Amino acid sequence: MVAVLERLGHSVDFRPAQTCCGQMHYNTGYQDDARRMMLHFLQVFRDAETICVPSASCVAMMREHFPKMAAASPDASVSRDVDALLPRVYEFCELLVNKFRTVDTGATFPHTVTLHTTCHSLRGTKIGERPVQLLRAVRGLTYIELPQADQCCGFGGTFAIKNADVSAAMLSDKTRAILDTQAEVCTAVDNSCLMHIGGALSRQRAGVRCLHLAEILASTAGEPA
Amino acid sequence: MNVKVGQAAEAPSFAKASRELLGNTQLRHNVRHATDMIRARRASVVAETPDWQQLRDSARAIKDHVLRHLEAYLEQFEAACTAAGGKVHWARDADEANRTVIDIIRSHGETEVIKVKTMTSDETRLNPALEAAGITPVETDLADLIIQLGADKPSHIVVPALHRNRAEIRRLFMEKMQLQDLGERAEDLAAAARRYLRERFLRVRVGFSGANFAIAESGSLCVVESEGNGRMCVTLPKVLISLVGIEKIVPTFGDLEVFLQLLARSATGERMNPYNSIWTGVTPGDGPEEFHVVLLDNGRTSVLADAESRSTLACIRCGACLNICPVYRQTGGHAYGSVYAGPIGAILTPQLQAMRHSRSLPYASTLCGACYEVCPVKIDIPEILLHLRNKVVRSRGAPLAEWLGMKAAARAFSGGGRLETAQKLVRIAQKPFVKDGVIERLPGMLAGWTRFRDLPEVPAESFRQWWAGRQRKDTQ
Repeated sequence: MVAVLERLGHSVDFRPAQTCCGQMHYNTGYQDDARRMMLHFLQVFRDAETICVPSASCVAMMREHFPKMAAASPDASVSRDVDALLPRVYEFCELLVNKFRTVDTGATFPHTVTLHTTCHSLRGTKIGERPVQLLRAVRGLTYIELPQADQCCGFGGTFAIKNADVSAAMLSDKTRAILDTQAEVCTAVDNSCLMHIGGALSRQRAGVRCLHLAEILASTAGEPA
Repeated sequence: MNVKVGQAAEAPSFAKASRELLGNTQLRHNVRHATDMIRARRASVVAETPDWQQLRDSARAIKDHVLRHLEAYLEQFEAACTAAGGKVHWARDADEANRTVIDIIRSHGETEVIKVKTMTSDETRLNPALEAAGITPVETDLADLIIQLGADKPSHIVVPALHRNRAEIRRLFMEKMQLQDLGERAEDLAAAARRYLRERFLRVRVGFSGANFAIAESGSLCVVESEGNGRMCVTLPKVLISLVGIEKIVPTFGDLEVFLQLLARSATGERMNPYNSIWTGVTPGDGPEEFHVVLLDNGRTSVLADAESRSTLACIRCGACLNICPVYRQTGGHAYGSVYAGPIGAILTPQLQAMRHSRSLPYASTLCGACYEVCPVKIDIPEILLHLRNKVVRSRGAPLAEWLGMKAAARAFSGGGRLETAQKLVRIAQKPFVKDGVIERLPGMLAGWTRFRDLPEVPAESFRQWWAGRQRKDTQ
């Protein structure tokens, strides 16, 4: 992501104090812990100009649940901080396509690629066709649409561990769909889903790689992904 | 109050129940086949309804309004129903409802009752209570008949025998109806059921139903169905008893315009249900001579008391969330251990039981959001799941290993320095498990991951370290 943004002429900053948006805790029922992480997040990114997030589910967490947690806080300044934060938060594809009006990132990736539409990119952030627009502009890349793309892959955060068997059953439907496309690479805008899908493809020795969309967009002839 | 939701209090956890069911390949095939079919039908009839989103908004507004003024509407219903010749009974819980029904049947000296499909009577476990009282219940809905003959449990709100296929049903009918021969076509099975049921429709003098809607202004009840058996149950017997959850109220007859459009399309993918029965009190010489309505609480008022999750009571039991759910698709309904399965069951059952049981159900979802998208009354099921998960954790209902893990992670995430230290510790701790850059086996709860998937090792250099190194180079 850093490579893509810098190639497009933007200066990137990383704040070592940053940690986590709190999604895992919030979604598992540990809202008090999530609230503390949100406060830390607000502190760290208080004066950042634009916040680029390489995960649609983290963005959905901020947009859907930060305001709710802030509203429940007795301190009114938390809501003001959240209101000031959210317009500056962009999912990676949103930043490129909407704010920068760029679909061609100058990438080269001579492989067949299919896209897993993550639930939070589909229903949470509704980033829609943007990842496909970005992929289609990559030199050498052949894009293959994934059938039943609106089906959840079965990750679901701690669901993957708490209900491991059902998660695996859902995952087998997803890997079957991916293998049916004959793509070499499966990409997505959420690393968590990719770790789950990639973990199964690796276990199956399926010969399909999982790469985050940013890794493909960073790829060049000189420095291939 | 003794709230009962079927046998949910004794059911195993969702993870345990689903693990067993996933091994049943026939069941999984049946569930996939049936849900795929209903989903496709629903999608096509929703697509042709241009004001679908407005209908959803209207339905939700009506339901919210009713829930805010429930007491007044229930009293209005009681007054109107009584004025029309009906008798209204109030039941605090399942036992009270069942006792009321049994007393009415006994007062007529009857020992049989014909039933329309009703989930609410499965919730109160009416059939076992009737049998214990020497009364034989006869399920007349084809799917419920299949469940009853097979001593099975419903697995879907709308299509209770969805987990059974035609061949299984044919074998069951031949055995239980003692048939020497039976064809294999759906028509043959329907004809066998018709012969079996028709004799009972004409003989039995007490009918029993639930209700999809109870109309406050007129005291009327409405039942929608596909087979016509319901129409017979509510018109042929001398005595009719209806068990109705208190959340089924709509203010006026006109409100049905919204709900009947939404319900049929969402539930079965039809533009209209084949049979829409609406009746008001009793009419001399026409239909039942005696009509009783039992209004059931059984935990509903405690759901109503929680502002964050009370919209659960807006549910019209269409089953669209079950059909779209990628979790339900794998497990079918029995994994939920309740008469209410799927996403709506995962939020309704634990709430009716005041979170005393079924604590695994709020976790039986990936939060993918598909259920919210299809819900005709816009219940934000994922949000309510999160609310209930928080309740589980706050009441110390989470497994200890999970709690410790989450607390450790929260500490690591409390600052950048702490996170870096944690990453270093994980890098050391993972060493015995890493082989060729991959972890194939982990102990304890984490084995849930590695039983089915590899895990990449934590890399030697984190992004944080790479970034720091780059900054140093830049400043040199």
